[in-house]
Amino acid sequence: MNINATLFVQALSFAFLIWFAVKFIWPPLTRAIEERNKRIADGLAAAEKGKAALVEAERKGEASMKEARDRASGVLTESEKRGTQIVDEARQAAKAEADRIVAGAREQIAAEVAKARTELREQVARLAVAGAEKILQREVDAKAHAEMLNKLKAEL
Amino acid sequence: MAAQGTLTPSDYIAHHLTNLTVKVGEGGFWTLNLDTIIMSWVLGLVGLGGIWLVAKGATAEVPGKLQSFIEMFFEFVDNTVRDVFPGSRAFLGPLAITIFTWVFMMNLMDLIPIDWVATLSHGLGAPAWKAVPSTDLNTTFAMSFSIFFLIIFFSFKAKGAGGFVHELFTAPFGANPLLWIPNLALNIIELLAKPVSLGMRLFGNMYAGELIFMLLGLLGTIASLTFGGLIAGGASAVLTWGWAVFHILIILLQAFIFMVLSVVYIAMAHEHH
Repeated sequence: MNINATLFVQALSFAFLIWFAVKFIWPPLTRAIEERNKRIADGLAAAEKGKAALVEAERKGEASMKEARDRASGVLTESEKRGTQIVDEARQAAKAEADRIVAGAREQIAAEVAKARTELREQVARLAVAGAEKILQREVDAKAHAEMLNKLKAEL
Repeated sequence: MAAQGTLTPSDYIAHHLTNLTVKVGEGGFWTLNLDTIIMSWVLGLVGLGGIWLVAKGATAEVPGKLQSFIEMFFEFVDNTVRDVFPGSRAFLGPLAITIFTWVFMMNLMDLIPIDWVATLSHGLGAPAWKAVPSTDLNTTFAMSFSIFFLIIFFSFKAKGAGGFVHELFTAPFGANPLLWIPNLALNIIELLAKPVSLGMRLFGNMYAGELIFMLLGLLGTIASLTFGGLIAGGASAVLTWGWAVFHILIILLQAFIFMVLSVVYIAMAHEHH
């Protein structure tokens, strides 16, 4: 336990170890830890940014959803209106067609009736003439009595 | 060791306190304690080299367990220095890490049972071998006086030659010429007290710890198959174990104290009075 020259050797050893630590131990550890701190800070900042972006995207999504819903309900209303309109139009067209057909049929019937009546009239006139011939036992000159016949026909 | 009949208790103690020396010149001073030098070199290289191996591969990626451990140690030292010294830690940081690692490694040797060391060194043909370099005043004073020169150096650096000398003569009592001598005397005492107390504290703690291990080991040497001998052997084993557990605290604490005080002293050198 005496002080001797070992003191100098130990002092040199100490100096060497300090130099070694200054040169080779402190810088890489400082660098690694500082770099990691920076990375973590960056990561946290990025996460914060991502969170903000998510909120923004959610807000945007909500808005476009609402818009789509509005548009869909608009389209639905429009198409319902349009459907009713088409049905109405179809109904009206059908009615008009039916009316037209009925009117046509009526006209035809009226024409048939008129025609039948004319024929009937003529037959009655002919029968009347034939009857008259029978009564008179002679021929009736159709021409001579045309006026009378026509009058008769008109009366029938 | 205990088997040798001629061994007396004082021989046992003296033997464990003897350094392996080699003479390098005339006079008692020019002697080297080979065991101290070799052990401290090996321990310094193992301690700092181990940290270096991890530090050199340290990346900012997710650290492994070993790297995490080294980084925790690093941050512990870094924070300790930062609490004491607000400036750049490019020198004080590595200085602190060197002191803590080296002193801890040297103190750690105290936990190796002294008789194992003696048996091994005898087996290798060495007449004596002290395994704990920090129980050698040469080591602790080498460190503490290195710190002393660093204190002087940083005092000059921070205050300039004029400022430092001015402070030596005018602080703490005042600038009156009558007070110059008392100021200087007090400052010299204060400056010298730092390395002496620093070196003596570590040496004293480790030396006393080692001595207690020796005394407990001495108790073990009288163990035998008699009633008293069994009690002596059991007490020796139990107390040695207990003291070793307690010593784990001491070796860490002494390494920490040496580191913190060194940093505090150098930080104080930067302060202006």
